[in-house]
Amino acid sequence: MAQTRREMLLDPLVDNNPITLQVLGICSALAVTSSLKVALVMTIAVTLVTAFSSMFISVLRNQIPSSIRIIVQMVIIASLVILVDQVLKAYAFEISKTLSVFVGLIITNCIVMGRAEAFAMKNPPVASFIDGIGNGLGYGLILMLVGFVRELFGAGSLFGVTILETVNNGGWYVPNGMLLLPPSAFFIIGLLIWAFRSWKPEQVEAREHKIQVVEAH
Amino acid sequence: MGLRNFFDRIEPNFTKGGKWEKLFPIYEMVESFLYTPKTVTTAAPHARSYIDMKRIMTYVVIATIPCILFGLYNTGLQVNTALGAYEATGWRVAVLEFLGIGFDPSNPLVNMAHGLLYFLPIYITTLVVGGIWEVIFATVRGHEVNEGFLVTSMLYALIVPASIPLWQVALGISFGVVIGKEVFGGTGKNFLNPALTGRAFLYFAYPAYMSGDSIWTPVDGFSGATALSISASSGFDQLAANGMEWMDAFIGTIQGSFGETSTLACMIGLAFLLITKIANWRLVLGCMAGMVSFSLLLNAIGSDSNPMFAMPWYWHLVTGGFAFGLVFMVTEPVSASHTNAGRYIYGALIGFMVVMIRVINPAFPEGMMLAILFGNVFAPLIDHFVVQANIKRRAKRYV
Repeated sequence: MAQTRREMLLDPLVDNNPITLQVLGICSALAVTSSLKVALVMTIAVTLVTAFSSMFISVLRNQIPSSIRIIVQMVIIASLVILVDQVLKAYAFEISKTLSVFVGLIITNCIVMGRAEAFAMKNPPVASFIDGIGNGLGYGLILMLVGFVRELFGAGSLFGVTILETVNNGGWYVPNGMLLLPPSAFFIIGLLIWAFRSWKPEQVEAREHKIQVVEAH
Repeated sequence: MGLRNFFDRIEPNFTKGGKWEKLFPIYEMVESFLYTPKTVTTAAPHARSYIDMKRIMTYVVIATIPCILFGLYNTGLQVNTALGAYEATGWRVAVLEFLGIGFDPSNPLVNMAHGLLYFLPIYITTLVVGGIWEVIFATVRGHEVNEGFLVTSMLYALIVPASIPLWQVALGISFGVVIGKEVFGGTGKNFLNPALTGRAFLYFAYPAYMSGDSIWTPVDGFSGATALSISASSGFDQLAANGMEWMDAFIGTIQGSFGETSTLACMIGLAFLLITKIANWRLVLGCMAGMVSFSLLLNAIGSDSNPMFAMPWYWHLVTGGFAFGLVFMVTEPVSASHTNAGRYIYGALIGFMVVMIRVINPAFPEGMMLAILFGNVFAPLIDHFVVQANIKRRAKRYV
């Protein structure tokens, strides 16, 4: 591993983003991004779970038998998710209700499992922890961008503060109802991937096949 | 041929190395729109055909003419009829009064003039905004702008309600052209119908402007339900009580989007498209068969709580956007299935889904738009299975 700590933390933001490059964790990115507040809480939850689960798995990595490693990883991840869920229920009940099953579903979030399998099983605890934080932040960056577009144009507000006065409240802005529906996040994430790949062309995958022009004989 | 000479004179400016090299797609667009393209294929396979894309697209635009004319008449008719009871305001009223045309609903030409004042702003907005996107993508990606956009913009303008705000028209066509077509590589590579994609975007983004009873006739305070919304709420047998006979729906003097109300006008367009072989009859047959058989099945099943179950197929045919979608969207060659067997299945799937959504889904009284988009998404899969089945069948033959 020739990666420096700094790279571990910053690479997942753009260059190796879990959502736009690896296309993981899409489900929750669709579900929780209709408002920024919820997206922020989700970001924090996923970041903490990824970081600590990576760290604990990394501590145990030499003790975990390879044949049951997924189960052991799941146990660690699940315990952390339950912890997060209980904390949210105790201190942020409203948001916990909005997030509903998606807190529990962090267990199945591919990013958490992906980092455990791909990084924590081969690297020391501190590096794994930083890698987890980095990937959580990369996930969060996309969540916040998507949430920004969806809340601003879908409801005319940011973090619940009205920015564009909607028609229903006597303003001028006609809110775009589609942005409040989860599928709209597909379009926004798709456009983000497009933007990222135009900015960093090395992220574009090689074509699977290409149209060939055969010269006439 | 002064114009030809003009084009020949300015052409070097746009070809490689010329002053305005980057603007070649725009030059090419204007030139190939006016003249037959002189480009020929350089490599095999060379296919000879009496038809090319320019002709296909132009024919489709020609086929929409009956719908356009009738749409103008019907929009004007609905507005002028409604105006009797409501206060007439707005710039259209001022224009019509200034020209001395008036608002007599019994005079078809007066109605068409009024309808034109609603249609033109929408159509011009569509052309300008969509055209700008086309040119941007053509310039950046280096492909040409072709007549396909004329079809998209015409169909799009015909499937929006007359009361739609122009900024929504602009937003919808932008979404349709960019997300529905250009991101996949432009004309011929789009798996969704761009006009319908734009409409679907508006439908989900601004439902209050795209559905309901008060949007079809743009007169303040006037409320006129579409045949499908009456049927969904109180049963199709109540249509007559609301002054809607089958013949009205067939001719098209009912509430609805611009071009979709008249089944008759759509059928004229269909006849034209079938005779010129632009539309594939298998798609039409499949869609009709799917719609008729599934609605007959639902008629037989019946329901005490849902009056839509009893709606016969000949009412499904003339209400909502079925006829328009059948003629101009189901038959669109790019987004439909490409195999002959697949075309029957694709058509039948759409026919089945229309009835399914109209009758069984309580959220949407009309289902043609969603059914066609659904079919578009499934078309490649259908083709895949048809091709695989063919491979298997032939493999068995030569064991």
